[in-house]
Amino acid sequence: MTDPILQVSELSKHFGGLAAVDRVSLEVRTGALHAVIGPNGAGKSTLINLLSGELSASAGHIIFHGRDIGALAPERRSLLGISRSFQKTNIFPSFTALENCRLAAQSREPRPWHWLRGALSYQSITSKAHQALEAVDLSDRANDLALTLSHGEQRQLEIAMCLATEPQLLLLDEPLAGMGTEESQRMIQLIAKLSDNHAILLVEHDMDAVFQLAQTLTVMVDGRLLASGTPEQIRANRQVQVAYLGEAEQPT
Amino acid sequence: MTHLSLPTWLLLGVALLLALLPLGATTFYLQLGAKIMIMAIFALSLDLLIGHSGLVSFGHAAYFGVAAYALALITPKYEAANFWLTLPAAVAAAALAALVIGFLVVRTAGIYFIMVTLAFAQMLYAIFHDTKLGGGSDGIYINVRPELTVAGFKVLNLESPAQFFYLALIALITVYWILNRLLHAPFGRALAGIRVNEQRMRSMGFPVFSYKLGAFTLAGGLAGLAGYLAACQFGFVNPEILAWHQSGTVLMMVILGGMGRLHGAVIGAAAYVLLQELFSSSALFGGYSKHWQLSMGTLIVIIVLAFPHGIGGLIDVAWRRRGYHGGEEDSPQSAQRSQRSDAEDSESDDLTAKDAKNPK
Ligand SMILES: Nc1ncnc2c1ncn2[C@@H]1O[C@H](COP(=O)(O)OP(=O)(O)OP(=O)(O)O)[C@@H](O)[C@H]1O
Ligand SMILES: [Mg+2]
Repeated sequence: MTDPILQVSELSKHFGGLAAVDRVSLEVRTGALHAVIGPNGAGKSTLINLLSGELSASAGHIIFHGRDIGALAPERRSLLGISRSFQKTNIFPSFTALENCRLAAQSREPRPWHWLRGALSYQSITSKAHQALEAVDLSDRANDLALTLSHGEQRQLEIAMCLATEPQLLLLDEPLAGMGTEESQRMIQLIAKLSDNHAILLVEHDMDAVFQLAQTLTVMVDGRLLASGTPEQIRANRQVQVAYLGEAEQPT
Repeated sequence: MTHLSLPTWLLLGVALLLALLPLGATTFYLQLGAKIMIMAIFALSLDLLIGHSGLVSFGHAAYFGVAAYALALITPKYEAANFWLTLPAAVAAAALAALVIGFLVVRTAGIYFIMVTLAFAQMLYAIFHDTKLGGGSDGIYINVRPELTVAGFKVLNLESPAQFFYLALIALITVYWILNRLLHAPFGRALAGIRVNEQRMRSMGFPVFSYKLGAFTLAGGLAGLAGYLAACQFGFVNPEILAWHQSGTVLMMVILGGMGRLHGAVIGAAAYVLLQELFSSSALFGGYSKHWQLSMGTLIVIIVLAFPHGIGGLIDVAWRRRGYHGGEEDSPQSAQRSQRSDAEDSESDDLTAKDAKNPK
């Protein structure tokens, strides 16, 4: 097994008296998708916000490639190779799909102040953007405005934007939310493929997808880590069954 | 020249006409023309913030005024100052003021940003109004205009209305060109992204604060160029040029012309200055011309209500009916609305059009 690319230890986030994330520890490795599941309000999105830098932690450590990134702003973490998607689709609706991705790719451009050169003449940016759209199977919508894409396509676009920044670690917050069966299947295949050469932390409610994709599972309830282990261990865990799986859909 | 869109060509045509104007026009019209072009530079600099970066500054006159005062303070009482020294100094002073104030204000957003930019501008107003630094409320006269020499040879005589007109024209074309390039460069695309969805830009790795501060500083410097030229033209500065009225005036020019389109800022400045001339003309309006602000205000309200994209937007619709501009609006509904109205600026049209040709 490879070394973990991300190590989270005793991470906590308090909102006033509420511990939305309460001393959570976990590790993510390249090639071994790590899924976080838990009921609504368990603190999954808060955990992702802590890892991406949208929120700063009340306590605990986030080690990425051996370096504590807990104090870094979101843009710094992104530049280190951490990319996230949002639970509620978060794109540039009035830009074309390609322009959405090109903007993402542009963030890696070393000389953004070079004002004389038109953005369109950067071949590397354009080709990265096209590759990202290709990867999520959206090439034929490249020149359509993002707001004209279907919900499922917008979710795909958001993943493409993540990919255009060429990340090492992907934090995906419910990428399947609101998708139809067919769209879901395609997205699951895409994530499986990405998982080969990316470290992925996946938050997802769809248990079929989770058990299909994850090598490691963490169950959160009320901000706390209830259990962590292989899918088999989690499925067999009594506590988990009582607290979560029993009341949600039964895993296959 | 592939970056130039049709309205830009139109403007170039207008510029050419203007270049020929001094051959026939009277001093009055030359001075009016120069005033319009100076205000157009000022409006362009504000549009970089409001229309292209989503930063609604309500204190933009501060930078205009700082540069104007810089010229007035540097200029000796009875001799001409050196153009090549005073211009960079005045622009740098304005940009520096914008950098310092921007450092403090671009962290805020929305209504707070509006209030804080206004507050800083009013502070500068108070400094010039209440202290002897810039002659207090009386201001300072610039008795002799700067001298524009190259290798000892006087290239332009700024005392001549025609030659000053040319200087303003060159400045306007230069500023327009710089902004046009900048907005097509990655920097401009990033600003467009920041205006639409700042959070997403950060999570994609853009140092949003630096981008905003860069835009704010540049806008301050360009406003300073306008202020410098205005001080040259009128030969006089007083605290009113950095008061909130002045910030409001340039804001109205931008809105009148249509935010987020460079030609809109120019058109808005021209429309505002010309309307002001019209409504304050006692030959046309008699005693009522004293109340020109009332007539102006009414007309501007009507224009803005009838044409949300301003006069510039109206011209865009008339000019062409193709494509869509990415990035003016931030919500799907409003973007759809503007897609129908087709009144979007040309910049991203070019992007979209070229994408179609771009092989993968
Ligand atoms: N910014 C905030 N301020 C205050 N409380 C918050 C904030 N964000 C989240 N919370 C609270 O923290 C808890 C965890 O929320 P979070 O969104 O992380 O849950 P989740 O596991 O993602 O739920 P879901 O499955 O519904 O997306 C909830 O009780 C929520 O109300
Ligand atoms: Mg959530």
